[in-house]
Amino acid sequence: MKLLDVSAIDCDVHPTVPDLADLLPYMEPHWRDTISDRGIEAFESISYPPNAPLSARPDWRDERGRAAQNVTSLATQALDRWNLRFAVGNCIYGVHMAFSEDLAAVLARAVNDWLVREWLDREPRLRASIVVPLQNPELAVDEIRRRSEDRRFVQVLLPAMAEAPLGRRHFWPIYSAAERAGLPIGIHAGSSYRHPVTPVGWPSHYVEDYASQAQAFQGQLASLVCEGVFTKFPNLKVVLIESGVTWLTPFLWRLTKFWRGLRSEVPWVDRPPSEIVREHVRMTIQPFDAPDGTERLERIIDHLQSDRMLLFSSDFPHWQFDGDEVLPNGFPESLVGRIAVDNPLETYPRMKECMP
Amino acid sequence: MDRHVVARADEIGPGERKLVHVRGRAVVLFNVDGEFFAILDRCPHQGGSLCEGRLTGLVTSKEPGQYEYSHRGAVIRCPWHAWEFDIRTGQSWCEPGRIRVKSFKTEVQAGAGLVQGPYVAETFPVTRDGDYVVIEA
Repeated sequence: MKLLDVSAIDCDVHPTVPDLADLLPYMEPHWRDTISDRGIEAFESISYPPNAPLSARPDWRDERGRAAQNVTSLATQALDRWNLRFAVGNCIYGVHMAFSEDLAAVLARAVNDWLVREWLDREPRLRASIVVPLQNPELAVDEIRRRSEDRRFVQVLLPAMAEAPLGRRHFWPIYSAAERAGLPIGIHAGSSYRHPVTPVGWPSHYVEDYASQAQAFQGQLASLVCEGVFTKFPNLKVVLIESGVTWLTPFLWRLTKFWRGLRSEVPWVDRPPSEIVREHVRMTIQPFDAPDGTERLERIIDHLQSDRMLLFSSDFPHWQFDGDEVLPNGFPESLVGRIAVDNPLETYPRMKECMP
Repeated sequence: MDRHVVARADEIGPGERKLVHVRGRAVVLFNVDGEFFAILDRCPHQGGSLCEGRLTGLVTSKEPGQYEYSHRGAVIRCPWHAWEFDIRTGQSWCEPGRIRVKSFKTEVQAGAGLVQGPYVAETFPVTRDGDYVVIEA
């Protein structure tokens, strides 16, 4: 089956805040003035520098060189073009970079309000992830509660690298609130840049930073499993977004192997980590880090021992592919319906509530 | 299934173990508080000698952060990769459904009872006084 025939669900697109000024109308006067008085100009991180080729495909950039800054460009360049049923908007903005918990909460609220007004209200095919101030789990829970009644929010968004490993109990109120609201936790590539973005220290180049993200995802996965997040929250799903895919199997092999010898350290992990991850964790497919070819791709999916884990994504407007090659070249046609419709609907049950 | 006398009961004290051989196979015999258990001296993973392993207890948990410690002295950890096995059943604690080491039924019998059987006296020296550990294998 071809992608265009299935009315696919794109699990990772990026509505992009054009400018901090666009968020000011969604802040109270005190914070609006604070931002101007303190001379804060932007909260963009170096995760996706605007001029980096990866940050936006050339043919999707506007005259200022920016992309995905309004709902019209998302609709014409992605939703219409690939006949998408839904797309999940993950707004990557530097909310998690602020040191002030209060400022982070204000920014998160402003981004979410902006998403509702400028994006969700204008495009019925769009869904979104709740941006939260991870700096303070209590405030993050408040934000989840504030948004979860709006059924167009389908996920809680966390950065891959932040204050501490995400399995720590400090963060559990967030998981509890997400599980209760039926929202998966989406972990997206990126960092608060508090700590080096590789385990060995600060790299010199962007390419090192981006390629090393997979290591951060591995660390988070190990933390979530070993700290017992999935034991404590048995209905919680976690989506790794823009994580790459093919590193998962060898990492799980290693984690499961060492768990067999070190199980008594984490006795609440009462079954093999590979099994827990297969049940609770999903991954978006762009960027797909494997050579082309159906046979190779089939073998990779076979190694995952599940066809439920992969979620179709374009990563729009990031430059992961050219033309309409949004699926990896040679992706098995028999699995298109599963990863582009069935798996997203199982992962984001709220989408089923108003199916077009 | 034959019965094999493998040791004098009083030569393995509580908490101690002894490597014995039954039909050419190495078997570890454990005394847990006066009760005897025997498992094959070969880890099903890669063949490590369980006799060389560390005897410990079983840690389980109802939820993260809570530890329950039981069966103290009844779990052996393979010296090679630390897989844990219940010495009473041979069952692994990492994947109980899939992995187990062979265990043997043991019992302690009086020497007087043993000499009466045709299958024991032939192969194992038995004296009349004291108790003996018998393995079914």
